[in-house]
Amino acid sequence: METNREPLIRVRDFSLTGGSVRILNRLTLDVERHEILGVIGPSGSGKTSFLRCLNRLIDLVPGYRSEGEIVFGGRMILGPDVNVVELRRKMGMVFATPVPLPRSIFENVVFGARLSGVRGGPRLLELAEESLCQAGLWDEVRDRLDESALKLSGGQQQRLCIARVLALKPGVILLDEPTSGLDPISTHKIEESLRKLRAAYTIILVTNNVKQAARVADRTAFFLSGELVEIGPTARIFTAPEDPRTNDYISGRFG
Amino acid sequence: MTRLERNDRLIRLGLLMIAFSAVSILIVITLFIFSEGTPIIFKYGPGRFLFGLDWYPSEKTFGLLPMIVGSFFVTAGALLVGVPLGLACAIVLTQFASKRVGRILKPVIELLAGIPSVVYGFIGIVVIVPLIRENLGGPGLSVLAASLVLGVMILPTVISISIDAFQAVPPSYREGSIALGATVWQTIRMVMFPAARSGIVAAVILGMGRAIGETMAVIMIAGNAAAIPGSPLAPVRTLTSNIALEMGYASGEHREALFATGVILFVIIMALNILANRTSARRKR
Amino acid sequence: MAGNPRFEQKIVRAVLWTMTGATILILLFIVAFILRRGLPEVSLEFLTRNPENMGVEGGIFPTIVGTLALTLMAIAIATPLGVGTAIYLTEYTWENRLTRIIRFGADCLAGIPSILFGLFGFILFVTKLKLGWSILSGGLTLSFMILPTIIRTSEEAIRSVPAAYREVSASLGCTKWQTVTRVVLPSALPGITTGVILSIGRSIGETAAVIFTAGSSLHIPTSLFSSSRTMAVHFYILAREGISMPNAYGTAAVLVATILMINIVSYYLMHRFTRKYS
Repeated sequence: METNREPLIRVRDFSLTGGSVRILNRLTLDVERHEILGVIGPSGSGKTSFLRCLNRLIDLVPGYRSEGEIVFGGRMILGPDVNVVELRRKMGMVFATPVPLPRSIFENVVFGARLSGVRGGPRLLELAEESLCQAGLWDEVRDRLDESALKLSGGQQQRLCIARVLALKPGVILLDEPTSGLDPISTHKIEESLRKLRAAYTIILVTNNVKQAARVADRTAFFLSGELVEIGPTARIFTAPEDPRTNDYISGRFG
Repeated sequence: MTRLERNDRLIRLGLLMIAFSAVSILIVITLFIFSEGTPIIFKYGPGRFLFGLDWYPSEKTFGLLPMIVGSFFVTAGALLVGVPLGLACAIVLTQFASKRVGRILKPVIELLAGIPSVVYGFIGIVVIVPLIRENLGGPGLSVLAASLVLGVMILPTVISISIDAFQAVPPSYREGSIALGATVWQTIRMVMFPAARSGIVAAVILGMGRAIGETMAVIMIAGNAAAIPGSPLAPVRTLTSNIALEMGYASGEHREALFATGVILFVIIMALNILANRTSARRKR
Repeated sequence: MAGNPRFEQKIVRAVLWTMTGATILILLFIVAFILRRGLPEVSLEFLTRNPENMGVEGGIFPTIVGTLALTLMAIAIATPLGVGTAIYLTEYTWENRLTRIIRFGADCLAGIPSILFGLFGFILFVTKLKLGWSILSGGLTLSFMILPTIIRTSEEAIRSVPAAYREVSASLGCTKWQTVTRVVLPSALPGITTGVILSIGRSIGETAAVIFTAGSSLHIPTSLFSSSRTMAVHFYILAREGISMPNAYGTAAVLVATILMINIVSYYLMHRFTRKYS
């Protein structure tokens, strides 16, 4: 749309509290357009919660309060007047465990798109093919779109979930440890797809696998105990991190 | 508030109203039965109503005691038959049986639960009553017949709740006991039973509720004499039969007395329900 | 009984297995007894002819119609109410005082014996609302009776839908209601259907609640306000008044066979669909 140099997402002083526990503490960062932002950090550092705040999936769990500001595409996303449904269509999310719905492959891919108003058999078929190609799954399923999605392997299911998100033409793709349970080949295929997808989308990739971030991400953010410790170009983070904690985590001294 | 939120609120409100249907129906039922039945209890005198020995509607005599005693005897008898049998099945299903046997037993129990009470009553008339009459004497239509048939009828209730009770016992109890060298039966007797006690009590109470509430089968086989039964072989009338037998032709005060019988029945059943609720609530804690 | 505990266990096991075997035999006896004496009486004629001479001869056709009408009406009322309640309890709220009250209400309703439902239906529908002995009165009364069952089975079915499905659905931009109708309910459908089918079985066998609300007319019902006799009521009257033993057996056989088929169908449904979705 706009050949904008403005960051797509701005997070300013954002905090998340659940009960009496502070899950995220005064986060401030920008997400640039068409970048792959890797988010690394030990379990419990708030990476997943951060993603869920971006698409307001955190609303589904009662008892969480947030403070601060998140601006997406020039608009605040945290207020009570925000159309959450629209927001979630623009921030597609891929979960750690692939969750295909108990439907056919085709129905899975077009599920969200159908709801957002896309109609017509041929149009949907076109959309499904496009999304499955972008996710790197088209060749494997082109002849069996009507089969149950539950019959696919783990890696295929996850790519299906990616295609499902792509069919909504989101602006941002949020991935929460998408390859954590998958074999190396599927992992490789997904990382390949992400690199290609960067041209059309902005991608935030939460990963427990530091090497994955090193392979794929343009910039990397390091979270620790709910705080953003450091963020910068991946190359620099991995060779010359500014914060000693970052260094410790990357070199495997903890985590 | 966005349109989305407004729609969501409306749907939530609509569903809440639907969800209250069960409670509302309960309240309405309670209201109507009590409003129709209680006036005559007070007009006639609660003491005379509950403890009177004679039920002669044509002479405006409404003594409910024979029916109360009748319900009590028949229920006690049903428990004597149904609880041991039911517990045995529950124990076998949860402790001794293989999965394959379980797969046969479960549908059998569900089927038993699905058979209409009139069919039970019919089998009672055609099989049990003559058997009693020929072998033990008496008219056959008796407390014994009702107890036997009702005992079988409450089996599904007793079994399924007892199964729940046994399955709720943490497996570590059982494993611990066996590891200490106890046999399965010793484990059941000394560990499982005490641990499952409140669930079993709930099963018995609910079985009681089921037996007290049964109407059709009892009418067919219990004899329906409105007098306190002198022996298990004597005929008997329960609270439920009292209502069902005379409702068809009763009018005026007679009809009100039948509603009043319904009130008494309702109170007893509600008390049992609440008791069962409390017992299983204690278990959950 | 001091002595060898293993010996004691052997005896106890034998006793328990015998008792269990006795229970199974009782059921088999009941089903076999009715079917053996009753099925010979059942013919196409029996099912399609009207009774003659108060049921001494002829068939049971009006009672089949009456049973169908009442059951359909009960299901039509109770299913939306029951499923709606279940949806509210699982999707739109969390455990609090309100839900406990709702559940307590449903549990108590489940414990009320059928004769009291019959009494209530008679007071409210037949008398006060002047609906008379009718399918309307009977259907309404029956629907109240089966409501708790449908609530319980629907709630179980809805709860067993994986939470991940709801998350995924929300993340793809579904409103809560869309998630419920497009993801949760379709997945819960087998469980809900089983509950409905079980309730159908119960309605078919119900007598005490029906006889005081729908009456016992032997005419084929022409409208919701017609009185009608169900198979169970007909069977009861035949047996108790000694009108016709062969016809009684025949009616009983139809009843038992129908319930058998219903149980088999619901079992098959549960098995087939739990495999499909796991």
